[in-house]
Amino acid sequence: MIQCPAPSDRVQKRTPIAGMTTLLPDPQSDEPLDENLTPWSASSPPHGESRDRSPSPEGPRPPLPPRPNTLSLLNDETASRTANLQCEATTAVSRGEIGTQSPEAAGSVYSTLAVRGLSRGLKARASLSHLASPRGSEAGDSASIRSSIQNSDPGDVEALFKDFVATAPVDQPGTASLLHFPEFPADDVDDDEFMGEFEPVGELDEDAGNEELLLQRWKSRQKHYMILSAAGKPIWTRHGDGGLISTYVGVVQTIISFYEDSNDHLRSFTAGDTKFVIMTRGPLHLVAISRMMESDDQLRLQLEAFYMQILSTLTLPSLAHLFSVRPSTDLKRPLQGSETLLSSLADSFTRGSPSTLLSALECLKLRKVHRQSINNALLKSKASSLLYGLVVAGGRLVSVVRPKKHSLHPGDLQLLFNMVFEADGVKAGGGESWIPVCLPGFNSSGYLYMYVSFLDLRGDIDENEDISKDESVAIVLISPDKESFFEMQGMRHSFVEQMEKNGSLKVIASAIDQGRPATTDIVPGTVLHHFLYKSRPNVQFTMSSYSPEFTSISRRRRLMSVYNNIHSSVHAKNTHVKVHHCVSRSASSFAWVTPVFELYCVAEPNANRNALVQSASKVAQWVQQEEERLFIIGGAVRII
Amino acid sequence: MASRAAAGARPGAKFAQFKLVLLEFAGVEICQGGKQSSEEEVTDQLDQDQFDDYRESTIGAAFLTQTISLDESTTVKFEIWDTAGQERYKSLAPMYYRNANCAVVVYDITQASSLDKAKSWVKELQRQANENIVIALAGNKLDLVTESPDKRAIQTADAEAYAREAGLLFFETSAKSATNVRELFTAIAKKLPLDQAGPRNLRTAPRPGVDLRPEAPGTQGAGVCNC
Repeated sequence: MIQCPAPSDRVQKRTPIAGMTTLLPDPQSDEPLDENLTPWSASSPPHGESRDRSPSPEGPRPPLPPRPNTLSLLNDETASRTANLQCEATTAVSRGEIGTQSPEAAGSVYSTLAVRGLSRGLKARASLSHLASPRGSEAGDSASIRSSIQNSDPGDVEALFKDFVATAPVDQPGTASLLHFPEFPADDVDDDEFMGEFEPVGELDEDAGNEELLLQRWKSRQKHYMILSAAGKPIWTRHGDGGLISTYVGVVQTIISFYEDSNDHLRSFTAGDTKFVIMTRGPLHLVAISRMMESDDQLRLQLEAFYMQILSTLTLPSLAHLFSVRPSTDLKRPLQGSETLLSSLADSFTRGSPSTLLSALECLKLRKVHRQSINNALLKSKASSLLYGLVVAGGRLVSVVRPKKHSLHPGDLQLLFNMVFEADGVKAGGGESWIPVCLPGFNSSGYLYMYVSFLDLRGDIDENEDISKDESVAIVLISPDKESFFEMQGMRHSFVEQMEKNGSLKVIASAIDQGRPATTDIVPGTVLHHFLYKSRPNVQFTMSSYSPEFTSISRRRRLMSVYNNIHSSVHAKNTHVKVHHCVSRSASSFAWVTPVFELYCVAEPNANRNALVQSASKVAQWVQQEEERLFIIGGAVRII
Repeated sequence: MASRAAAGARPGAKFAQFKLVLLEFAGVEICQGGKQSSEEEVTDQLDQDQFDDYRESTIGAAFLTQTISLDESTTVKFEIWDTAGQERYKSLAPMYYRNANCAVVVYDITQASSLDKAKSWVKELQRQANENIVIALAGNKLDLVTESPDKRAIQTADAEAYAREAGLLFFETSAKSATNVRELFTAIAKKLPLDQAGPRNLRTAPRPGVDLRPEAPGTQGAGVCNC
C-alpha cells in the first residue's frame, strides 16, 4: 500500500485554477489527442521562449483531412451534465459495493467513490490531493515555483527545489494518519504468475465439462477488454471465447443499456478492487475491466486505441455503413484477421506501456549527424508516391519523412508499431508485406498502403535464432496508391543501399546495442532507479534502461503502476500540480511537470527526498543537453 | 509469361521465374513464414516445425520468393503474393493476380463454406487474370482429417470433380506436415512454359533507376519464403 503523508504534510504544490491559465497552459490538456496533433517536427522552442504548444514553423498548418469528432477523447460536457443522474442510478441498480464515478463532474477521479467508500470501510482509492483543500501557504509555494519554472535553466531549477524542500515540512510517513494507496502487488507476484495473464483461457470441451475451470481461469485474469456492438453482439474479448463468457457479456450489455434507456451514458464504476470503464463510440461499446490500479482516463485512452484499431482495419465510413445497413451486423467477420492486433494491443497495455501512458513516442538515440545522414538517404531515395517513410527500431523511431502538410499522429504510430512489432502477422509472414491500413488520426475515411520490410543488421542470422523485437529494424513506407508496392520496394532497396554505403546501418545497430542509459550513467550514484521524460512540444519521450531493477516483467509492471499512479495524480482534473512526491512501500516516486516537459522518477521507498529531487533536476538537465539526440526535432526531418 | 532468364545461371541450366498468387481462405495457411531461410526446397522449409494452429491469417499480403529445383538442370523461382483473401481487401486482389502465371487457391477441408469461397476466387481468376494462368486448388488441413476423419467437411471426390471440370490442378495438402506441398509446387512448375524463358518483365509499375534484384544486398537473408 502506498502511504502518503497526510494532507497537511503533502509535498504537493497546488495552485488555484484562476490565474494559472495566464501563466501556463493547463498541464493536462482536456483533449490529450489534440495535443498530439502538434506536429512532432514542429520546432522545439528554446526553453524560455514560447511555452505553449508551438505551431509549426511553416506557419499555420493547412487543415488536416477530416477527422471524426469521435476522436475527441473525453466528451466531458455531456458527462458532467448527466453525472448526478448516474450516481443515483447506480445506487438503484445495486446495493453492493458499487460506486459510480463521474470524474469530470466531481473534479476528481476518485472523489465520489472516496467519500462513499471511506464510510463503507472500503479501501479508499483516494488520492489525497483531491480531498485536501489547498491551503494558503501552499498557494504561496506554488506561486514561487511557478515563477521559477519560467526560466528552466539549471540554476533556477535548483532554486526551485530548494525553496520547495525548505517550505515543505518533512514528515516521515507513518507518523500522521495515513490513507492507503492502491499498489500493484508485484512484491509477491512472480513472473510466471504474471505471464499467466497472457495465456489463453482454453477451449470448452465438447460436453462443456471444463466450463467451471475455464471460468475460474477467466475470472482470475487481472484485466479484461470487451468490445460489443450497440445491439449487444460480442465482437471481441481479450480472454475467453464467446460461448464461454456470453452470459457475462450479456450482463455488461444489460448494464450499459439500462443507462442508455434513460438517455444516459455509463462511463465507469468500481466494484471492490475492480474498475469498469465503458466507452461508446458510434455503434460500438468498448469495455475495460481492470484490477491493476489504473485510472479512468488511462483505461479510456486504452479503449480509444482499440477503437482506432478497428477504424484502422475497416475505416470509419465502412464501419458506419455496416451498422446503418444492418444494426445487428456481426462485426467479427469484417474484422477477421485483425483480432491478433487487438490482442497484442491489449497485452502491451497489460504489461504497461510508457508510450500509451504518456501519449508520446520514443526515438532511438542517435547523434545528430547520423540521424541526418539517414534522413538524407531516405529523402534521396524517396519514391514519388510516398506519403510517410519511417525507419523504426523495435518501436523506437529512427527517422521519418513526411509531407509538409501533414504531421503524424502518435495514436496512428502506436497502431503501426503494434502491427509491425507486436503482432506476429507481419513479421512472421517473412519477406515484404503490403498492408492496407487506415490511419484514423490522419484520415479515418480511407486506406493507405503500407510497405513493411525488416532490415538484416547482423548479417548472417542463425535461422533458429529469433531476433528480439527490440532489435529488429523495420522500414515502413506508406503510400496512398494501392498499386505502388513495387515502387516502394524499389525505394526500400535504394535506401538500404545508401545506408549501407554511408555506414548508417552500423550506426543503427550500435545504437540498438547500446540500449537506453541506466540512471547511474546519467547521474553517477543517483538514488533514481528509473525515469520517464516526456518532451511536450515534441510529443516524444525518453526513459532510462529497465535493467537492472526492472528486467522482470512483473517488476516492470509494478514500475508502470507507480507511474500510472503518479501520472494520474498530477493529471487529475482541476489539479494543477507542478511537483508531486509520493512514497509507497515499494517505491518513492516523484513527478515534475512544466509546460516543456513531464518528468517522472522512481527510487527506493526510503530514498532521501532531497537526493531524489537533485537527481531529477540533473536528469532534466541531461535530457536538455542531449535533446537533439534523444528526440527528432523540427528541422531534423526535412519536408518533402 | 513473365518467365525470364536469370543472370549468372550455370550454362546449360534452365532458370525460370514466375509470378504466383496464393489466395487463401481467410484463416487457412499454407505458406508459413517466421524464419529466414535460404533457397531450399519447399518441403525442407515446411518440415521445420513452424506451423501454429492458432496463428492468425496474414495481415494484408506478403511478397515472398521461393526457388525449387525441378531436376538437376532446372530451377524455378516463384515470386509469391501470399494473401489471406479477406473480403475487406477484395479491391486489392487484382493487383496480386494481374500478370500472375499461376495461382494456388486454398480452401479448408474441415470447413464446408471454404470451398464455395475458393470457387468464387477461381471464377474471378478465370475471368480477370492472365488467360494462360495455371490454377491449382488446394484443400488444406489434411493433417487434421488424418487424425480424426470425422472433421472432414468436404469430400475429396467432390472437390476433385470440381477441379477437373474447371481445369484445375488439385491436391489435398497439409501445411503442418508438409504433405503434398512440394508436389503441389512441382506440379505447377511442370505445367508452366519453362522453355519460354526470356528477359521479359511484365510488371506494370515503372521502376526508374532502381535495381530490383530480389537478392539485393541488405534484404533479409537470401530467400525469404518458408513455403
